[in-house]
Amino acid sequence: MRLHTAMKTAAVVAATAMLAAGCGGGSEGDGGSAADGPVELTFWTWAPGMEETVAEWNAANPDIQVTVNKQDGGDPAITKLLTAIKAGSGAPDLMQTEYQKIPTLVAADALADLSDVLPEDLADRYADGTWESVTLGSDAVYGVPQDSGPMQFYYRADIFEQLGLEVPETWDEYAQVAEQLHTADPSKYLGTFSANDAGWFTGLAQQAGASWWGIEGDSWSVDIDSEPTQKVAEYWGGLVEQGVIDNKPMYTPEWNAALNDGSQVGWLSAIWAPGVLEGNAPDTAGKWAMAPMPQWEAGDTATGNWGGSATSVTSQSEHPEQAAEFIAWMNGSQEGVNALVEYGSLYPADLDAQGEALAEPPAFFSQQADFYDIAAETAQGVQPFTYGPNVNVAYSAYNDEFGKATEARTADAFLAAVEAMQTATVDDLKNAGFSVAE
Amino acid sequence: MTTTEPRATTPAPPASVEPRRPRRRRTLAPYVYLAPAMTLFTLFLALPIGYAVYLSLRTVKVSGLGLGSGARQEVWAGFSNYSRALGDPEFLASVGRVALYGLVLVPTMLGLALLFALLLDAKRTGVKGFSRVSIFLPYAVPSVIASLLWGFLYLPRVSPFEYVAESLGLPTADVLSSNVILFAIANIGLWGGVGFNMIVIYTALKAIPQELYEAARLDGATERGIAWRIKIPIVAPSLILTFLFSMIATLQVFAEPTTLRPLTNTISTTWSPLMKVYRDAFTRDDIYSAAATSVVIALATFVLSFGFLRLVQRRAFAQENG
Repeated sequence: MRLHTAMKTAAVVAATAMLAAGCGGGSEGDGGSAADGPVELTFWTWAPGMEETVAEWNAANPDIQVTVNKQDGGDPAITKLLTAIKAGSGAPDLMQTEYQKIPTLVAADALADLSDVLPEDLADRYADGTWESVTLGSDAVYGVPQDSGPMQFYYRADIFEQLGLEVPETWDEYAQVAEQLHTADPSKYLGTFSANDAGWFTGLAQQAGASWWGIEGDSWSVDIDSEPTQKVAEYWGGLVEQGVIDNKPMYTPEWNAALNDGSQVGWLSAIWAPGVLEGNAPDTAGKWAMAPMPQWEAGDTATGNWGGSATSVTSQSEHPEQAAEFIAWMNGSQEGVNALVEYGSLYPADLDAQGEALAEPPAFFSQQADFYDIAAETAQGVQPFTYGPNVNVAYSAYNDEFGKATEARTADAFLAAVEAMQTATVDDLKNAGFSVAE
Repeated sequence: MTTTEPRATTPAPPASVEPRRPRRRRTLAPYVYLAPAMTLFTLFLALPIGYAVYLSLRTVKVSGLGLGSGARQEVWAGFSNYSRALGDPEFLASVGRVALYGLVLVPTMLGLALLFALLLDAKRTGVKGFSRVSIFLPYAVPSVIASLLWGFLYLPRVSPFEYVAESLGLPTADVLSSNVILFAIANIGLWGGVGFNMIVIYTALKAIPQELYEAARLDGATERGIAWRIKIPIVAPSLILTFLFSMIATLQVFAEPTTLRPLTNTISTTWSPLMKVYRDAFTRDDIYSAAATSVVIALATFVLSFGFLRLVQRRAFAQENG
């Protein structure tokens, strides 16, 4: 991504401000830590196993004590953070930031630039695409990647075997298997199209080659209503219209029950799926298997991302230096990454530490010895994707428009939903005064 | 004797100070008494409303890519937030939905509340205390909890109703589908609201002097006749009050659809006007247009409530004034 003057200037200004703040804070902090005891940092997160990971750090670092403040989940936590930023106080020092939220948070001036306080060679530990999502292509660094969510296909191996179904390798095969399965047993579905999970659909569009936002010169471009996304929408609309794929949202008590009793036979999900299945469908232990995503072209290895977060320091933190030290340990050292995997079963973004930390398959998939080998292969195929400053608007438009489309159950309605998402997203950018390339 | 002496030595001060002190006290006293209420009113009502009105006239302008600090600026927006709110088809649609919701909910709720109140008041009703408490109890359940409970009952796969219907071979219906979702939400409001309104009406019924009933019975009125000709006209003011409360609550419906939303495709993020305000403020991070929509809703509530009161006042309270 090219670097532009406006962004450069912004980055330089931010960096200078940080330096000034860093110097002031540093000298104060040095004097303070002796007199007032340890630096106290608060950390808003909803990732599993964070308390245990932080406990390890706290035991080893009496001078920098981190307190985990468990959050409900991505959207409410971000809402709380944005409100605190607007109010001028009340934000934590450290914040779990999902990749798609980072541009929004940077635009709201909620995140501190860590480029001067992080170890210099830290960037080398991450895939370029992952690192770009915390820099937004600028010189600033708005967080350190913690985990990523490359998507795979999860399916009930026992039911596939029982019904003599082949694991689909292309989307054409997926459609055939969905039909075979639903014909063999009308109570069963190979999956559901969820109008509540915009991140899931984004991942599917990403696999097909979509990138919904982009930077052209000093303007944003929005490219939701384009060929790859239309292709994905039409495909799923067709399956829902045919009735071979369910149209109920995911993450409802009903969906959990369907996973648990074998009515939902497959799930297009991401690397963190084992944890969700373990929690929501405990009766199915040992019955699932994971395979790479079905492909649009046979032989490809493309996939998308669903989920994954970085850890950032907020612009209200008075101790960015100490906060950065903690983040670098947690997300970018063998010790920290081992803890993330051990306690939270996260799929670490740190490639250097990944190998050692992921030696064993997750407990819920203990019969699939090559689980993390397949995962590592699929992770290579994550397609580039740029998020924009109003992901929240596009996502809420997704909820509303695809809610209507899944109820209508026609492929045309799915295409109309994509078009409506594009309009809502562009209108919002223009209305806020962003310059938008047509 | 002593009275003349002091007057000579210290002539004016006592005479002039004495009467003035109580006068000043008299002028200060009302303000002192009013101060706590005025302070609370200013801090927690007037100021927030003023701030909301201020915000509704502002907006944020972003320059270029909008990244980094200093790229956003708050500026005056005039009435553009208002014109956008009033011209937004989603807002108008949400108003339409809520109007229909109110048409379904309010008459049913008040009708049931009145019926239960009359039944409880009727002479022959047994286990009065128990019936009263069990009808009132749902009102004590927070609406979020109530919506979760009903949500579980509505979801076909986890609903016991569905299970029973299926085992008996009865047809089942998906109450969360787009045709009936409005009734499903209204049902939660009904479940929670009947008890409260019933208590209000029942209390009014209890205040009716027994002589009226005696006189009516002497004239040969039946229980039903007494209810229709005496009880209902006398509790009319309570009915108006409960109608007003229900109308305001309808305009502000939020918790039930918001809680049910993740369970179904049929509730949009702008299902009710307040949901749209919430989405604009907290999902879209546009607190300014959310403030404008809130002001519009507040004004509409005000106009509707007072319009309704003016309309019914003369008729309903006429008998009280003679």
